[in-house]
Amino acid sequence: MANVRALIVDDSSVMRKIVERCLRQAGIELSSVFEASNGAEGLAVIGNNQVDLILSDINMPVMDGLEFVKNLQAAANAKGVPIVMITTEGGESQVTQALSLGAKGYIRKPFTPDQVKQHVVPLLRVD
Amino acid sequence: MNTDVTTGVPGNEFGRRSENWRAALYEAAAEVFDMMVGEPVSLHQDGAVAAGDSDTTAMVGLAGALCGALSIRCTTASAAAIASKMLGEPVHSAECVEQQLDALGEICNMIAGNFKARIEGLREQCMLSVPTVITGQDYCLHSLGDNDRMEVAILFQGKPIVLRLEVHG
Repeated sequence: MANVRALIVDDSSVMRKIVERCLRQAGIELSSVFEASNGAEGLAVIGNNQVDLILSDINMPVMDGLEFVKNLQAAANAKGVPIVMITTEGGESQVTQALSLGAKGYIRKPFTPDQVKQHVVPLLRVD
Repeated sequence: MNTDVTTGVPGNEFGRRSENWRAALYEAAAEVFDMMVGEPVSLHQDGAVAAGDSDTTAMVGLAGALCGALSIRCTTASAAAIASKMLGEPVHSAECVEQQLDALGEICNMIAGNFKARIEGLREQCMLSVPTVITGQDYCLHSLGDNDRMEVAILFQGKPIVLRLEVHG
């Protein structure tokens, strides 16, 4: 798992840094980390960059995570890229919706570095 | 009817559930601090904390089956200490100073989400707003409608942090 290009979408900059740290602790060598504070910014990043992994919050201003994932379906750079939702909103309906829109995993906040590893590493190995 | 459950007078459904909810609120906060801040908190047995002791407040709105707001208030020093632990940076670093409001807002958000997940029926039926953070002491929050409220005080690094759940009637 070397040279992974990750996009982290969360309206909290502290949370983006924690997620990046968890990825590194999981043994994932990140060659690039793109950050976005909402779904619209995330789409702009995807429009200009190829990434290998996307982690996104759901509850964000401007464009939430579910709308972001929905819009990713039309983004050429996002095809086949695993998407993991990381959010405080843990209702089953939201989980189902996120998965139906293309997300491959779901992590509820608060989380441990091990939980991030368990959810993310298998997706990178498969893809 | 308004019922301040901190008085221990259960006058409605909120009052009857208050002890369970108070425990759930404390457990939610304790888990968030343990997992995301990396430092345990304890229940502040003395309970009462003067509002003047705190100058930073983060708030998350609740809508749906439970309408109201959850707030967390503490001193600027505690907010900086929380940011320091979350970021792994020295407490007086420029990054901690810059990120302390963001850190407290995210902690409030996670406590709100963790709390509602512990209450039957709320995980699916209650939605959260994005956090708002207020600095300073000279403000007054006016909420429309009848409200019930509860407060839980915790100790983080020996300093009190107050969690307040306000529910519209």
